[in-house]
Amino acid sequence: MTLSIPSPETIHRVELPNGVSLLVYENHSSPSVVVVGHVWAGALSESADQAGLANITAGMLMHGTETRTFAQINEALESVGAQLGFHSGVHTVGFGGKALAEDLDLLLEILADSLQHPAFPANEVEKLQGQILTSLQRRADDTRRMARLTFDELLYPGHPYGRSVQGYEETVAALGRQDLVTYYRDHYSPEGMVIAVVGALSAKAAREKVEAALGSWQTPGAAPNRSIPPSVSLAEKRRQSVSLAGKTQSDIIIGWTSLTRSDPDFMKARLANTVLGVFGMMGRLGDNVREQQGLAYYVYSRLEAGLGVGPWLAIAGVNPMNVERAIDGILHEVQRLRDEPVPAEELADSQAFLTGSMPLRLETNEGVASAILDMERYDLGLDYLQRYAGLVNAVTVEDVREMARRYLHPEHYALAIAGPENR
Amino acid sequence: MATHKATLENGLTVVLKESRHVPVTTFWIWYRVGSRNELPGITGIAHWAEHMLFKGSEAFPKGEIDTQIARNGGVMNGLTSLDFTTFFETLPADRIDLGLRIESDRMVNALFDPDEANLERTVIISERQGSENEPMFLLHEEVQGAAFRVHPYHHQTIGDMCDLETITPDDLVRHYRSYYGPDNAIVVAVGDFNTPQMLARVEELFGPIPARSEPAPVHRPEPPQRGERRVHLEGPGQTAYLEAAYHTPAATDADFFPMVVLTTILSGAPGMNLFAPAPPNRSSRLYKALVETQLAASVHGSLAPTHDPYLYDIVATVRTGRNLAEVEAALDAEIERVLQEPISSGELNTAIKQSKAQFAYSSESVTNQGFWLGYSSVVADIEWFETFVDRLTAVTVEDVQRVANTYLPRRNRTVGHYVPAG
Repeated sequence: MTLSIPSPETIHRVELPNGVSLLVYENHSSPSVVVVGHVWAGALSESADQAGLANITAGMLMHGTETRTFAQINEALESVGAQLGFHSGVHTVGFGGKALAEDLDLLLEILADSLQHPAFPANEVEKLQGQILTSLQRRADDTRRMARLTFDELLYPGHPYGRSVQGYEETVAALGRQDLVTYYRDHYSPEGMVIAVVGALSAKAAREKVEAALGSWQTPGAAPNRSIPPSVSLAEKRRQSVSLAGKTQSDIIIGWTSLTRSDPDFMKARLANTVLGVFGMMGRLGDNVREQQGLAYYVYSRLEAGLGVGPWLAIAGVNPMNVERAIDGILHEVQRLRDEPVPAEELADSQAFLTGSMPLRLETNEGVASAILDMERYDLGLDYLQRYAGLVNAVTVEDVREMARRYLHPEHYALAIAGPENR
Repeated sequence: MATHKATLENGLTVVLKESRHVPVTTFWIWYRVGSRNELPGITGIAHWAEHMLFKGSEAFPKGEIDTQIARNGGVMNGLTSLDFTTFFETLPADRIDLGLRIESDRMVNALFDPDEANLERTVIISERQGSENEPMFLLHEEVQGAAFRVHPYHHQTIGDMCDLETITPDDLVRHYRSYYGPDNAIVVAVGDFNTPQMLARVEELFGPIPARSEPAPVHRPEPPQRGERRVHLEGPGQTAYLEAAYHTPAATDADFFPMVVLTTILSGAPGMNLFAPAPPNRSSRLYKALVETQLAASVHGSLAPTHDPYLYDIVATVRTGRNLAEVEAALDAEIERVLQEPISSGELNTAIKQSKAQFAYSSESVTNQGFWLGYSSVVADIEWFETFVDRLTAVTVEDVQRVANTYLPRRNRTVGHYVPAG
């Protein structure tokens, strides 16, 4: 059999009059339906002393509406094995839900109700606030999370990307119910909202249901923030260590600024990243630091190109004694990627991995929904998956080397280490 | 589509299921060996041997497996647990032969080079040290260790550090030769293929491998626990954790499915997707008693299907500003309630409906189906999995009350406190 690739013929897209973009894809071979999307109510609009406000506001959406209590919402969803959640990022608040196909109406009803009529009950705010504070307390003791927190602050000082979306103990503790109500009123809007529905449904029926649930949402007082913060520059070595008592492993993150997802050079950078720290057993980084030196259980790289210029980073978990050797190993591979063109066969392998794995990524409703959401979020076009292989295969070894030279500087980087002792 | 089962002459069990939603196929091999088979001195050896199977053979030198799978657009991994060591490859359907060739080769031809074994020692120690960074790992290790004085379920799959430091390459080879044979294994394929062709290819590649396993019998059943056990653990951080683990029946026991219903009501429906988090449990009794009341920041329960009797494990994160005693008191009150009063038929029906939905979701990826067909073959048989929903539906309110009173009394549990140093 051949793979059905979602395309402009099979992705049904419509813009509702109130600004919601709806995309629907039918998959009748599954028993379920998946609903994903976002609204422009992320952390970008919060002030530094209210860090965590967008996150707690998003978390509160399902803690009670004007007609449903928290308990009723959970009962309604869980009793049929359905689930729904909201999650704040820097730019957007994302949502994701899943249910058996016959429960799509319930899922959409609760999604629409949570978005349009959250009640922010005072006792629920207190409850969630305590849960977040506990999580932040746990973060302070977690090497992986502390390495990432420190890295973001180092690379993006004073910038929205350098601030924790979850917030900080002082900032979250200082928030009150009214702050959330105001943030909701100011930033939640159908304008720019995206919703993708994938599964065992008819496109026509899904459209009717979504229009009924969300089509009349109006928010005259809201101004969703769709701005993109400026890029930052990195012209020196920045290094910071965080000391956590009683730890037996250190987490290292080293990274650079990169590019946006919609940059024409994105695919070149993606291939460079795949060669560096993804392909097979974590690419060249895995080969050097884990396979050859045995230093780490995990070492890999990620390219977080998003709406703004995100970081390109390498991550490793190592014995504290081996921190410097691991950093040297990573920088050695970065230097090699800059100095020597990747052998043609090695690039071809990474290209084959990205193109060949498409059927695996499109196997589930979640995978398809995620691909469709990306098309909309980054304006890739509904024919993106059809063009994908061509884009991947157009990248050359010179392109990869150019990306490494442009972005991965062995002398200018941000390096964060979280482990048992200060180094 | 129906599942086809066969056994080769050399003892290899073969489970095949066609599924044609997408042109993707998964291939798994399950060896009936896990931490359950380990004695003190070689704890962690099953997991280490799993790592060694990625370290090369003549046909697939070190690194080749990862490279070939990736260049063919696939994914692969290995997992070791209490009862099994398993390896899988998921590939575009027209490339699945690579998976069969890899597994038939490394079943008997893995090199177990001593230098590679020693290099891998540091990787595994690094893995263990990463786990030791987590308070919940430390707490669970103590609780599990106290709950099982006799049975080999008492140690963690990663193994004890002293054994990771002293296991020799010869030990690893001995383990490999004892447990890695067709007569101690099950292969599973799910996806876009033709059953007779797949079976013929399995026979071609695996058939010539002679039976060779000599698994040592495991006969150290845990004696009944005669009283509550408690462990107290101190460590870094500012967050306290409570764990309560109750001895439970094995997967093949008649009480297992009533326990699934009971634990669903107490702490939420089990997730049946290997690669996804468990479904939310905010309508469960323990969530309402511990989290809604702002005593705990979260609570989770797990009941893993196992070969031998294992544990129903409840873990709660104490909320900032509360203490372990309060959380434990609330847990005790809720357990006492389920011992005293039968659950309602409404709760029973909801629990069954929730599990049905999770079961339906579990069939959406071939990799996940391959996982369950193999897993159930090791701890029970594939009928156990295929009749899962039917067996749940047959559970009655009386069954649930009976198992609550059999397995949830205090004397049957081990309680752990993780006290942060602050």
